[in-house]
Amino acid sequence: LASKVVLPTVSRVALCGGTHGNELSGVYLVRERLKRKVEEEEHISVVTVMSNPRAVQQCRRYTETDLNRCFTHATLSGPVTDKTPYEIVRSQELNTLLGPKGSPEAMDLVCDLHNTTANMGLCLIAYSDCDWISLHIYRYLQMSDIPVRFIHFDLPLNEAYSLDSVGKHGFAIEIGPQAHGVVRSNILSTMQEGVQQMLEWVRLFNSGTPFEGGKVDVYTMVKNVDYPRDFETRGITAAIHPQLQDRDFCLLRPNDPVFQTFSGETLKYTGTEPLYPFFINECAYYEKGIALSLARQRSVGIPSIRSEREGEQGKRKSSAEEMEEEEEIKGEMEEEGYQKLMEYGEESDSLNGQYK
Amino acid sequence: MTSSTNVSCFHGARRVAIFGGTHGNEMSGVTLVNLWIQNGKEIQRKGVETKPFITNPRAVEKCTRYVDTDLNRAFTTENLSAPSGDDLPYEVQRAQQINEIFGPKGSPEAYDVIFDLHNTTSNMGCTLILESSKDHFNLQMMHYIKKAIAPDSCPVLLTEHPLLKYSTSRSVAKHPIGLEVGPQPQGVLRSNIFESMRVVLKHALDFIELFNEGLEFPPCTVDVFRVSEKMDYPRDTNGNIIAMVHPNLQDCDWEPLNPGDPMFQTFDGTTIRYEGAGTVYPTFINEAAYYEKQQAFVTTRRETLAAGAIKKA
Repeated sequence: LASKVVLPTVSRVALCGGTHGNELSGVYLVRERLKRKVEEEEHISVVTVMSNPRAVQQCRRYTETDLNRCFTHATLSGPVTDKTPYEIVRSQELNTLLGPKGSPEAMDLVCDLHNTTANMGLCLIAYSDCDWISLHIYRYLQMSDIPVRFIHFDLPLNEAYSLDSVGKHGFAIEIGPQAHGVVRSNILSTMQEGVQQMLEWVRLFNSGTPFEGGKVDVYTMVKNVDYPRDFETRGITAAIHPQLQDRDFCLLRPNDPVFQTFSGETLKYTGTEPLYPFFINECAYYEKGIALSLARQRSVGIPSIRSEREGEQGKRKSSAEEMEEEEEIKGEMEEEGYQKLMEYGEESDSLNGQYK
Repeated sequence: MTSSTNVSCFHGARRVAIFGGTHGNEMSGVTLVNLWIQNGKEIQRKGVETKPFITNPRAVEKCTRYVDTDLNRAFTTENLSAPSGDDLPYEVQRAQQINEIFGPKGSPEAYDVIFDLHNTTSNMGCTLILESSKDHFNLQMMHYIKKAIAPDSCPVLLTEHPLLKYSTSRSVAKHPIGLEVGPQPQGVLRSNIFESMRVVLKHALDFIELFNEGLEFPPCTVDVFRVSEKMDYPRDTNGNIIAMVHPNLQDCDWEPLNPGDPMFQTFDGTTIRYEGAGTVYPTFINEAAYYEKQQAFVTTRRETLAAGAIKKA
């Protein structure tokens, strides 16, 4: 690809916190932003949203159902009665406010702020591995004392269930470890810094700054692993092994310890492919049957990009059409030698994430 | 210095209970007690009836701290003597039931010892909680446990305070002992935290067995941290929190906090410093459950308590 990929400006940005009411970095960041006077800016307009105010008020993840699973096309278009759970009503409200998902009116970028009890550092989590805006933002983030990674859940748009899928571009910023219901000052600072750098990139992009292509490392979700459970009661019968606890993104090899039963027995990883664990011992996932998730690390080529200039703008595309175009570009890049490498074995050096 | 006439004689500790799930999302205790309900071999000791018990099953089922009200504040005289009824908050009904099974609180029929298992999001390690400075039996037990787990430490928090002491589920027993192990997020089970709690309980039960066998424990001293003052987060006029625990204080439970040391950090980065008269030892720093109780941490002062010799009567 000799020339840059030209993309529409990312003029309308939504910053969301409190999608889970007990993930407090996002709650506090959004609260503080809402208190400050909104400054008009030339290149960007940012709307700040407290996604689940009822859950925030109760300091719970959700009141009736997980809001961040309510953004599939099916749930967004379902009927609403007085028996409909609060979070489904709210997801449709948010879709009206920030979407509609898949339409030209949707926010250009939805960034959703989360915390995890897992030792994951800072992760951007998205559905696509060829959304150049998200991947360039990832590449741009430089954090001095925390690793930065990109996690890709390979789902088509209409099956994507989280709030960030409502925008034309979107991702969650997930920072851990932090207990739910707690604000740790260092974690909040990290989130503030991450949001600031993200908005900085958007301003630069919108004002015409070109960004060079290259390669980035991405973790693509492969599967979830549940706890061993009692056959009758379904209660868990083991905990994450002390040698796996807190070792998110450290390669898990066949026969490495995964669980320790309450009687002291070690249960080992029985897969044949070494994979990268993440969301290790995330509190909210016990009820979802997830003890940890496993990913493959891949190197993804990204093109050079710049924003559309005045007068260059063609007809506004819908998210679906843009994604189709992105897939086409992806295909072209593969032909031209931007190979996606399947990496087994050693952790590769990342362009991001210089950390101690 | 001590003659055998100065030995306090206690009845044998025959009835012992281990409470888990007083807060339904503090997972070490829930898991251990459920394990021991299924197979209690590990907690059996000669001459002791050790009863594992889930105090707040509804909260455990929902994996929440409490359903209506905090069970670990519910054992007040007022609640325990109130006429029973379905209109009472769930935890108050539960407190009355627990008082009937393991108490009545303050009577000769009450259980000898109750261990109440808790977790905290604070970096408190394995903390033992003592309610009375005059409980020589408990002091001797804590001395024994501290020696047994050395060089690992086991700080003792003394909650004897006219205002700050609260009516715990364990207070139904003659000798109540709290075990508070952290840091662990609510709803999460960490193996290292689980194992630490298990080891401390093992030593506690060993002590009881030795005591029941007639072993005399000579006089000893125990270093404790006596609770002093509750410190809330700085708040605005609407009651909203405007600052967080300072990064220098975060995770520094049991370490000295001197006048002038950073204590809180506002959201725009300003440092708020500790302005007390002398050095204190903060604990329960940034415990999730205490945001709603207006507590960022408690200060404590160091004290050495003396326990006389004890022996089974």
